Order: sequence, then structure tokens, then C-alpha cells
Amino acid sequence: MPVMIQAQNLRRSFSGKPAVDGLSLSIEAGEIYALVGPDGAGKTTTLRLLCGALQPDDGQIHLAGIDLLRQTEHARAQIGYLPQRFSLYGELTVLENLRFFAEVRGLPSSDWVPRSEEILEFVGLAEFADRRAEALSGGMRQKLGLAAALVHQPNILLLDEPTGGVDPVTRQSFWQLLIRLLRQGVAVLISTPYMDEASRCNRVGFLQHGRMLVEGTPAEIVAHLQGRVLELVGRPRRLLEQLAAADPQVENAHSFGDRLHLRLAPASADAVMQRLTEAAREHAATIDHIRPVRPGLEDVFLDLLEGSHVA
Amino acid sequence: MRNTRLFSLIRKEFIQILRDPRTLYITFAIPVIQLFLLGYTATTDVRNIPLAVFDLSRSPASRRLLDAYRAADYFNLAFDLDSEDEMRTLIDAGDARAGMIIPPDYAEKLLANETASVYFVLDGSDPNVASTSLAAAELIGQTHSTTLVIERLERRGLTGAFEPAVEVRSRVWYNPDMESAIFMVPAMIGIILQLLTSLLTATAIVRERERGTIEQLIVTPIRPWELIVGKITPYVALALFDMLEVLLVGTLWFGVPIRGSLGLLVALSGLFLLGSLGIGLMVSTFAKTQQEATMLTYFTMLPTIFLSGFFFPLAAMPPALQAVSHVIPLRYYLIIIRSILLKGAGAELLTNEIFALAIFGILVMGIAALRFRKRLD
Repeated sequence: MPVMIQAQNLRRSFSGKPAVDGLSLSIEAGEIYALVGPDGAGKTTTLRLLCGALQPDDGQIHLAGIDLLRQTEHARAQIGYLPQRFSLYGELTVLENLRFFAEVRGLPSSDWVPRSEEILEFVGLAEFADRRAEALSGGMRQKLGLAAALVHQPNILLLDEPTGGVDPVTRQSFWQLLIRLLRQGVAVLISTPYMDEASRCNRVGFLQHGRMLVEGTPAEIVAHLQGRVLELVGRPRRLLEQLAAADPQVENAHSFGDRLHLRLAPASADAVMQRLTEAAREHAATIDHIRPVRPGLEDVFLDLLEGSHVA
Repeated sequence: MRNTRLFSLIRKEFIQILRDPRTLYITFAIPVIQLFLLGYTATTDVRNIPLAVFDLSRSPASRRLLDAYRAADYFNLAFDLDSEDEMRTLIDAGDARAGMIIPPDYAEKLLANETASVYFVLDGSDPNVASTSLAAAELIGQTHSTTLVIERLERRGLTGAFEPAVEVRSRVWYNPDMESAIFMVPAMIGIILQLLTSLLTATAIVRERERGTIEQLIVTPIRPWELIVGKITPYVALALFDMLEVLLVGTLWFGVPIRGSLGLLVALSGLFLLGSLGIGLMVSTFAKTQQEATMLTYFTMLPTIFLSGFFFPLAAMPPALQAVSHVIPLRYYLIIIRSILLKGAGAELLTNEIFALAIFGILVMGIAALRFRKRLD
């Protein structure tokens, strides 16, 4: 598959403070890549650099093989961009917004009329075509934003936290849309705070302080912590969490719903399980079950963040 | 070949304007309100100054003097007093702006063919009113004095022998009644044009940034110049419409004449607008929020108003400020619009002003366009 997004050694700082610090990325056609990281890690800046909204201090960007810094407009014609903030015109109706972005993209009206019908159908906004954008709900706005980003059938899609503040049903249908686009060979770069979304992507990159901490398929990434995560269910949970945290080989204890995830030092699972079972008995706590589980991206994410604090 | 991108930008901007009640109000209502406000308040005509009179003479002669003052409409003989203290109180309170004291021996001295003195007191806190009333008071007094002298000569049998040696026969051109409105309304058009276009242009561009819509525009292949022209064109149309609106009200209500060519006026207004739009564009490259843009624009308006000859004659300013006024485009536009409307002047008389406006417009617009970036940083 051809490489659609190629970024090398990107650097960008704001008043002397680096926001993106030597970042490289390579994303192929039909691939979806998730950028995750804490707030301020440089996700939005990265996307803005990739669409040319910001000028990099250093580095190179090629979109579908076209040099963004030299042939800016030509390269931009390849991308659809959905910024984090709603960025369409509230006073204009859904259809007028689409028409505007189709026309400034150079689509003649013989093309954009059928295209906008198709795309509104695609994102499920057909019945709201004449509603003003400011009167749309949050989820519908995101869909309209996506429609505007797709109106010229781009080969590259840059999505900045597209499902933030969107209800789960809408999120689900948003992902269905993305999957259909991937089948058409679009390369998608998405930034997201949701680990479940990241785990649906072909590849994930963890960003911190503008640097790529780790990158790979979700399976490769969780392999870092293989055999080092225990799931613990029992009562009283507070007490069990304290007991776990006190264990010398438990690096971290986090709640996931009604269960605790314990991250362990390498090759310590059996010893820890034994110690915790005894400790629970001594303190009259009940353990329903304690067992090694397949680590999630979130476990890795937390591990990486804490690890980098030490480093 | 039609430029679709530019065309749809302009259409989008018009839709936004038409659906935004605030912009519509600023565009169509504010100029007329301002015109009426300024047409009536920004008057330097001094009339009906309240005058307090302390007449100690109470004679036919003193009443004759007062009638002379009453006959000119400069003074309103509002107070007839019984003491000097009362006069001070009235002037302190601002109820009377001037006072006149006629001494008890006024009639006697006149009868004895001596010089009778009359005292005139002025409230100098508003120099404009004070200087006008001073001039008026002296003029009326002198005229009355001349009348009395002629009467004395006639009583001595020199009938008809007295003719004034010099008579100044003045004629005021262009605005014979010297009405402020006729001077102010054309200037108002200039102020409204500049304020409106620079303000609306600046906020319209900054609004895209503030609302984040600029991010979506950036990734489209719109060229920076198309973005500039697309944002500006609707406001040029609005400004020219405003100009005609204000001119119409000025003509029908305030009786401002249109002696010159309206076409020339519109064309030169367009040239003037180039500079105002450039200021707006320039402001938009500095301001991050619409509030900031508004503040900055008003900041540019203050020197414009004071240094353009709008209120205060440039000739009376210190040389340094007069020099500064040469970079104020409104200065030239005011000369142009007053000349065309009031004097019926043609382009050949205004070449210097046209040249100055063209230089300013191209310079400001050029610098602003160079500063304008289709990027977030």
C-alpha cells in the first residue's frame, strides 16, 4: 500500500516551549492510526502541522507523496480535516455549509449537488439538510464536520478527537463511517482520548511532551505488559486496593469499574497472588477472584506515563 | 472564467450578514442615528445665550439698549435682576452664561453727551461660547453706540451729513447661513465609512479565528488574496450603501446640497475605502478576539477624528500635529466630500487629495495583505 502520510522529524515550539519534538509518522492507504496521549502531549499541534495550519520549525511532511511545505495547496487538496472544535458556520444551514466547502474546494455545482446528497445520506444528516448548523446537537455537528471534510473525497483524513462529547450510539455510527472509508482506501489519522477507540485502530502511537513514546499495533503494544497485569475483584474494595498498593511488587493499582487492575513488576504474578490472598485473609477481606489478565491499552498507557516520570 | 471560490466566499459572507441581526443593526441603523445625533449636537453655532441683566438705570435709554440686544438672536434676556450677587449666583449655577450691568447714571451721561459705560460679564468656562458672546456683545454695543452718535449729530443740525467711511460687505459662499449641519453631514459620511468598514472587516476576519472556522478554511485551496477579497467585498457594498443612505437623509432632512458629481463622489469614496479596509485587515492580523479588534479599531478612530479637521480646524493646530494630520486619510476625504457636495468641485481640483488617498490605500492594504497569513500562527 502506498504511504499517504509521511512526516519526518517534525518540530514545532510555541514561545520556546516545544509542543512537537522530533516526531516521525508514516501511515498507509487504508490504514487507521490513533494518536493518544495526555492533554498537552502535542496531538492537536501534530494534526495542525500535518494540514499546514501551522508551519513546522523543522522537519518534512509529504501527503500522498506531495511536499506540503513546497506545494502547500496541492498537498492540502488531498486531505479532509476535522478540527477538535466545531468549525463550520452556525448561521448557515447544513446544506449551505456543505455547498460552501464543496465550492471552495473547486467542485462545480453539477458535482456537488449529487455529492452532498450522497454524503448527507452517508453520515445520516439527510433529513436535517435545511437546519442551521448552530441548531444541531453535538453529535450531529461532528457528523456535519465529517461530511464537510469528506465532501471532496479526500485520500487522507485527519480527525482531532472527533468523538469527544458524543453519545455512544453516535460514536458507534461514526466508527461505522470510518470503517467504510478505510475500505475505500482512505488513510485516517485520528487523535483520541478513548483507549477503546485506539484499540480499534491498525496502529497506535503514544505521544508525550511532543515525542513518540511507543508505537505499534495494539497487540504489539500490550505485549509490553504481557503477564504483568492482575485483575482483582472482592470486598471491601478500598481495603483491597490499599493492601495491593502496599505490596512491594505491585507497581500500580487502578480501578476499572468494579474491578482492580494491578500492574506488577516483571515475573512476579504468582508471588503477588499468594501474598495478596494471605493478606486479605488476615484483614478479613473477601477476594472473589484474582487472576492474570490480558493487559489493555490503558494499562500500558499508565505504565508509560509513570515510567517516563521516573526517566 | 468565473472564480467559484471567490464567488462562494462572498455569497457565504452575505448570508452570514443577512442572518446576523447585530451586523444588520450596526450597518443600517447606527449610521442614521449617529447622523441625527451629530447633526444636532455637533453644532458650533452659538445662539440664545442666556443673559442676566442688572439694570440700575431703569430709564427709556437703558431699555432701548436692551432692545438692541434682544433684537439680535445671540442673547436671550432671561433674567432681570435686582442685585449683583444674584448675577454671580446665576452664572455660577450655569443658568446664565453672561451678565450685563447698566450703571445708574447711564441715561444721565448720555444726555450730557458723555461716554456711558456698560459692563458685560462672561462665563469663560466654555471658550467657544464665551468668544462668540464677547464678539456679539461688542458688535451690538458698537452698532448701538453709532446709532446714538448719529442721533446726536442730527440733533445739532447735521442732518444726513453722516455716512460711514468704510462699509464691509461680506458674502458667505457655499453655506450662506453658516449652518453646522451642512458642514458636519458630509464629514459624518467620512467617519461612518471609515469606522464601519474597518470595524466590520476586522471583526469579520477575527470572528473566523475566534469561532475556529478558520481551521476549516485553511485546509481548503482558497488563496490568501481570495480570502481577503472575499471577506472585504461584502463590506464595501454595505459601506457604499450606507454612504448613499446617510447622504439621502442628509439631503432630505438637513438640506445638504449635492452640487458636484455623485459618480465622482462614489468613485473617490471607493478609493478612501481602500485605506479603511486596509486598516480593518491590519487590525485583524493583530487581534485575537472580536473585542480586541473592536478596541483596536476605535483606537485608530480617535486620532482620525481629531486630526482630520472633522471638528477642529487644522489651521489652528500646532505645526507638529498639522504634520501628523497628513497621514490621516480622512483629512483628504473630508476635503474631497465637502468640495464635491458643497462647492461642486471636479476631480481636477482634488488631484492632491486623490493622490494622497491612493498612496495611503495601497500602502496600508499592501502591508496588511503581506501580514495576512492563511495559517494559525
